[in-house]
Amino acid sequence: MSGEEFVPLSLTPLLIGIFAAVACALPGNFLLLRKQALIGDAISHVVLPGIVVAFLLTGAISAAPMMLGAAGAAVVAVVLIEAIRRLGRIEPGAAMGVVFTTMFAGGVLLLEQTDTSSVHLDVEHALYGNLESLIWLDAVGWSSLLDPEALAHLPVELPRMALTLLAVSLFIAVFWRVLKISTFDEGFARTMGIRTNLLGMALVITAAVAAVAAFDAVGSIIVIAMFICPPAAARMISNQLEGQVGWSVGFAVLSATFGYVLAGYGPLWLGAQDAVSAAGMIATVSGVILAIAARFGPCRTRSGAPVGV
Amino acid sequence: MLDLASSNGQVQQDQGLEDSPLTIRGLTVSYGQKPAVFSVDMTVEAGKMTAIIGPNGAGKSTMLKAALGIVSPVSGQVKVFGQPLDDKRARIAYVPQRASVDWDFPTGVIDVVLMGLYRELGLLGRLRGDHKAKAMDCLDRVGMGDFATRQIGQLSGGQQQRVFLARALAQGADLYLLDEPFAGVDAATEKAIISVLKSLREAGKTVVVVHHDLATVSDYFDNVFLINTRKVAEGTVAEAFTADTLQAAYGGRLATAQVDQLALALG
Repeated sequence: MSGEEFVPLSLTPLLIGIFAAVACALPGNFLLLRKQALIGDAISHVVLPGIVVAFLLTGAISAAPMMLGAAGAAVVAVVLIEAIRRLGRIEPGAAMGVVFTTMFAGGVLLLEQTDTSSVHLDVEHALYGNLESLIWLDAVGWSSLLDPEALAHLPVELPRMALTLLAVSLFIAVFWRVLKISTFDEGFARTMGIRTNLLGMALVITAAVAAVAAFDAVGSIIVIAMFICPPAAARMISNQLEGQVGWSVGFAVLSATFGYVLAGYGPLWLGAQDAVSAAGMIATVSGVILAIAARFGPCRTRSGAPVGV
Repeated sequence: MLDLASSNGQVQQDQGLEDSPLTIRGLTVSYGQKPAVFSVDMTVEAGKMTAIIGPNGAGKSTMLKAALGIVSPVSGQVKVFGQPLDDKRARIAYVPQRASVDWDFPTGVIDVVLMGLYRELGLLGRLRGDHKAKAMDCLDRVGMGDFATRQIGQLSGGQQQRVFLARALAQGADLYLLDEPFAGVDAATEKAIISVLKSLREAGKTVVVVHHDLATVSDYFDNVFLINTRKVAEGTVAEAFTADTLQAAYGGRLATAQVDQLALALG
């Protein structure tokens, strides 16, 4: 494909897809090992009422209030989950199930009861995002990457997702050692003075930021898949946390790239007319990678389990 | 050891507190309605090995976890070397119950031991060759030097326990708190662990062990702390580990014959 076609039509959605996938996969590694993997699922559902409320308050679909509303809803959900878990003394999964179902239902109810039908806010958008529409029409080819005039009209989602990825990477890098210790052995971490509650909260908030930013650009399907599939597949490739995180980033990039290309050209190769949803295809590819890793990965047996089980 | 008296000018309210590596006053911990530990006082003698014993569900582990700030007590005060816990964390090493972690966590044996060096390394401190050498030395001390590069999921129960002990050794502490280190381990591991603990005592360290095997108490330990939600007895093995105190702690759960046998063994 030539630069004149690739840069304006495919470069930005591809990059946004990759950034979103990696930003979700990074914290997903720790959530997976903490048996909180579904928290990504929960977050991507609970942000719906926040987005709807933000729209009702501002009356417009603009990025900043929607992000704020989503972030607010995510924080409310995280606090509710923690509160229910502690006060009810139940496992986190149950607390999440209660909170995210309730908040998603509340969001749908709000959507139905209020007039958002005139704007681009519906269940389909929430699920699939609008990756294919994040194109860069001002670009004429690779040279546009150096053209300030064209760069000024980049889709706003691209720098936003890039910044999110940078923030998530920084958090993981700075807190790597304490995250590793407290994920493996929380009690021990606490005896050494590591504030494990605060750290766990910070991890979930980081995941929430990644989820909300990605949700806005690519929809909740990718968010849910990327929190779980690349880290889970990577766990079956490596028995070292460093290796697992590295592989998960590779799988996230692979899913986004391969999924995007397959969605755009796969149906054409098969003789069909239209392209399919890129978000759906990216999530599907990540699932296929997980299936392959589960069948052929070198570390797929629970070595800690007793022999014969 | 640090000279505590000169390093701060605080007046000690409780005589003898500054000599004790660990003092607990009026500790009550509750999970839900019923207290797991009720109004317990404990004073750990420096340079000795102390066993915390009591029946299942008597609050042994809970007391230890509350002393370490892992669970929050309802009330009570904990002093470590005469100071609040937060000021003296560097002098404490802890071995949790083996079953409290997921051994499928993706990491190697040496990495687990290196976790014990966190207070030395800090958030972003660079891991150097001497840190690794120190971790290897700790593994050698528990007889696990050959397993350094193994994935932790491949270890047997006894080997896992020894790795946990090596991690505690890496902490370079003065007070060692161990939660059921002999539970479900093979005889070789039990021997290895007790010999390390005794060497710690010889080096002037203080060791506190939550223990369940009454038969080995008088062989392994200097002091005994008997608990059944409340404190039952505290003192040297000769004073506190008697047929009467055991009967008081275990009640009907310990067969009389067993008590008599233990009493005989104690002389």
